[in-house]
Amino acid sequence: MSGGGSPGRRAPGTAFLFLAPFFAIYAVFLVYPLFKGFWISLHDWELAGGYREYIGFLNYQDLWTDKLFWRTIRNTLLFVAMTVPTMTLLALMLALAVHGTGRLKAILRSVFFMSSVFSVTVVTLVWSMVLSADQGLLVPLWNALGIKPVNFLAHPLLAMPSIALATLWWGVGLPMALFLAALGQVPQELYEAAELDHASRWSVLRRITLPSIRHTLLLVVVLQIIGQFQIFGQAQLMTQGGPANRTRTLVQYIYDTGFRDWQVGYASAMAMALFLLMFGFSMLQLWLGRKGDDA
Amino acid sequence: MSTARRTGSARTTDIILLGLTVAFAILWMIPVVWVVTMSLKPNVELMRSTAGFIPWPFTIDNYFNLVKLATVPRWLMHSFIVAVSMTALVLIVSSLAGYAFARLDFPFKRTLFLIMIAGLMVPEQAVFIPLFTMFADWGMHNTHAALVAPRVAVPIGVFLMTQFFRAVPRELEEAAELDHASYFTIFWRIMLPLSVPALTTLGLFTFIFAWNDFLWPLVSATKAEMFTVTVGLASIQGNFAFSEGLGSVMASAVFASLPIVILFLIFQRFIVAGVAMGAGK
Repeated sequence: MSGGGSPGRRAPGTAFLFLAPFFAIYAVFLVYPLFKGFWISLHDWELAGGYREYIGFLNYQDLWTDKLFWRTIRNTLLFVAMTVPTMTLLALMLALAVHGTGRLKAILRSVFFMSSVFSVTVVTLVWSMVLSADQGLLVPLWNALGIKPVNFLAHPLLAMPSIALATLWWGVGLPMALFLAALGQVPQELYEAAELDHASRWSVLRRITLPSIRHTLLLVVVLQIIGQFQIFGQAQLMTQGGPANRTRTLVQYIYDTGFRDWQVGYASAMAMALFLLMFGFSMLQLWLGRKGDDA
Repeated sequence: MSTARRTGSARTTDIILLGLTVAFAILWMIPVVWVVTMSLKPNVELMRSTAGFIPWPFTIDNYFNLVKLATVPRWLMHSFIVAVSMTALVLIVSSLAGYAFARLDFPFKRTLFLIMIAGLMVPEQAVFIPLFTMFADWGMHNTHAALVAPRVAVPIGVFLMTQFFRAVPRELEEAAELDHASYFTIFWRIMLPLSVPALTTLGLFTFIFAWNDFLWPLVSATKAEMFTVTVGLASIQGNFAFSEGLGSVMASAVFASLPIVILFLIFQRFIVAGVAMGAGK
């Protein structure tokens, strides 16, 4: 092998050896299942007993008229609408507050990030206890005020916000870290210039900081939309979708249809719908990102 | 209008903001402190009242019973085996592919890179049902391999390693090339040692992901003796009967979180650094 050193050395044989492990696993456990999922969705396919019959797009037609399916879509969108703006804003505020040098700020960063390393089961256990009407953290407070304790997770209007609250506590660490990374890259000269102009804190934030981190802001919003769309564990473990399906989410409905009712054909049709929805969001991200780069 | 007064008032504002942040941080930690407190109280006491942040009357029995029953330690062991092997495999597979994309030239390079990146758009919920049927056909559910294998080809991992390798100055490899070292030698002897920070970050995120993985282990590991700790805790929580008592449940949650919290405290500086690396296109 001669002529090394020129950029992009031609070594197809070697390159494919380096790539083989990734693409082999990728093909077997991601590409093939995606197609198989679509294939399953064209069947009346039962998990137990092995009954399967090709029915074309009948599952998709059923979806169209399935009230619970639309209900779960609505619940999922409601959850996304509750969490994404609050999560983004809280992450940004925390990042601004804990950005900088010093031991205290380092400790604060760890505190706000640490709740992200817990598993969904620990997070939901903690918050189910905190919000519990008979053993909860707030019970002494209600008693002192002489109010009957609120059963947050069984309340038709408060159940979803409660799940959103637990999610906020769980998930703010990563967007905060993204904002921290972006804040660290804002050119220091801009701040020095603003100081000379006696610019107020608010105008520095609005005119220098926010425009400098706008790419990260977009990234965080898109990542949050994609992430929160997939909500499953919190609703499954805190409310089991109740009260009266008020918190049943799309992924939960897929799981229940597939693994409780064993109708994997129908569940796969829903999974494909979820995939298309999220594919749409990813495309939107690419499009917005490209537009942002041109500007 | 004096500059001194401005900076003086700015400093006051700084202190007030920092004070508010500290207060918020304390509020943030209260649920965790409360859960730890409950895990150190006798179950009988908790039946009476769960209030308070001082573990008094104090007991460590909840933890002793946990270890004695051996259920939770066994779940922890499964979590460890799964998380460690997934992390090792992700690091190997991602760095190999990342090196090829960053340094070698081959046909269809752009196409392959795009195919790899397209994987980011496939949510796990779109493939977990077909994956379930595949592993069922192979009779491989309730094994460690089933929990690990579908998680090894991670597009974001390859992307991260590609970005990292691209940033390594070429001069470092040129000496080795003059010696006619093979690409694998260059990868192994020069590139990998240089990429320890990137590997640490990727490894850390993979480990945390593996430890907290929920949906796939929930459908694949159905036997209680094969549960990971995340799924196991869900099974205790599901029948909120607390047959063993509230203190024991809380002790299980604390015990299960300890390894990941310790890991986080040791390696936390890599998290922000790694996020910066992944986000800086």
